Amino acid sequence: MLQTLQDRFVTNFIADDRWKYILEGLGVTLRVTFFAVLIGIVIGFMVAVVRSTYDRTGKLKILNLFCKLYLTVIRGTPVVVQLLIIYFVIFGSSDISKTLVAVMAFGLNSGAYVAEIFRSGIMSIDNGQFEAGRSLGFNYVQTMLHIIMPQAFKNVLPALGNEFIVLLKETSVSGYIALQDLTKAGDIIRSRTYDAFMPLIAVALIYLAMVLIFTKLVNMLERRLRSSDH
Amino acid sequence: MKMKKLVSVLLVAACSVSLVACGGKKEEEKKAEEDKTLVMATNAEFPPYEYYEGEEVVGIDVDIAKAVAEELGMELKIEDMAFDSVIPAVSSGKADIALAGLTVTDERKENLNFTDTYAKATQVIIVKEDSAIAGPDDLEGKKIGVQLGTTGDLYASDIKDAEVEQYNKGFEAVQATMQGKIDAVIIDSEPAKEFVAEAEGLKILDEAFTEEEYAIGIAKDNDELLEKVNKALKTLKESGKLDEIVAEYIKADAE
Repeated sequence: MLQTLQDRFVTNFIADDRWKYILEGLGVTLRVTFFAVLIGIVIGFMVAVVRSTYDRTGKLKILNLFCKLYLTVIRGTPVVVQLLIIYFVIFGSSDISKTLVAVMAFGLNSGAYVAEIFRSGIMSIDNGQFEAGRSLGFNYVQTMLHIIMPQAFKNVLPALGNEFIVLLKETSVSGYIALQDLTKAGDIIRSRTYDAFMPLIAVALIYLAMVLIFTKLVNMLERRLRSSDH
Repeated sequence: MKMKKLVSVLLVAACSVSLVACGGKKEEEKKAEEDKTLVMATNAEFPPYEYYEGEEVVGIDVDIAKAVAEELGMELKIEDMAFDSVIPAVSSGKADIALAGLTVTDERKENLNFTDTYAKATQVIIVKEDSAIAGPDDLEGKKIGVQLGTTGDLYASDIKDAEVEQYNKGFEAVQATMQGKIDAVIIDSEPAKEFVAEAEGLKILDEAFTEEEYAIGIAKDNDELLEKVNKALKTLKESGKLDEIVAEYIKADAE
């Protein structure tokens, strides 16, 4: 039993340097996730500010409309379909880096969810805080930046961490555009060795390890931010 | 109150008895059914060997499998799946036979038994009409699209400095060539013809990439079925039925 497991390990990962697929795939997955998270935060932040400004003051009506449209389209369609549309339709006639396509697709997608998370954070801050800021002479932007946002961020951190875990795992559909991410790496090995167990379990364990590390980091950040509560 | 309890206990007992009875019967039926059905694993995105026509999977492989099943007195059931799942499905016993334009290779022989071959095929190269690639030798250092796990994929990985992109579906690789994302596609000749007929601005190079033969894959430990299928194939070959099936689809292409 142990011997056959060892043999299977060798065929799946050592022979023909197959572990390189996994390593390179992991690199692609991490790169895509990292840049998608950045894009997601930027888009999410901007959309959330527009939306909550409209909710609070009634200004930015047109922009709010665009943001709502964006949220509806992105949240209303599956991310795989968005990925395929960006690759085969929007960049239909050009040779574009697949990593870039994936970063755009997942960043755009994540932005919609992050926007709603940020908005819930902003709306969760009592209006009194806002009025206090204004009465101290801060203008709208300053109040937002110095009083509302720091509190809101602390409130939404768990939900934000959750969204990024989801994003990391969602990138596993990148294989649809033949991008060799971690999942595709497992698929390639599977198509060479016809063994399902080893490649799939290995890929699953790597995702799990990444999520665990990330959860730990978010928890540490949460604890640090909490320390100012006392 | 007491009465209610008693009734409920009885009800539960009755239910569980009937459940057990049902379960037993179903199992038996299932077993009998299993003996009579021949499950075929395939990837129905590979015209003219297997593809969807409406809701049904049709094609050369499907008709051959039907004919074989008829010879064996069994009923054919088709399971459509991703190409790279076809071989594991058969070796793990989820399906009985694999017909998916499956080329016999040494690597695959380690995981499956193959019947006698039933069709010849070539791997061809699809490029844009204005492409500078004229033959297999020009593929060095190029971006080549393939379908994951196909023989084209295996061969492409051996080309020097080539960047191989493994698509889940063959037509997606063809589409990527049309859009100029990749330089060429290596794929089986018959589906290639269909793709090029549908897609504009593409051509198949005259010089084939490799020649190979298709066979039916059967699980390693199922020698009995292997023997039976081989016998059925032989009958079909001798009666000319096999050529008939192939001619029906391949001729239809030329028109």
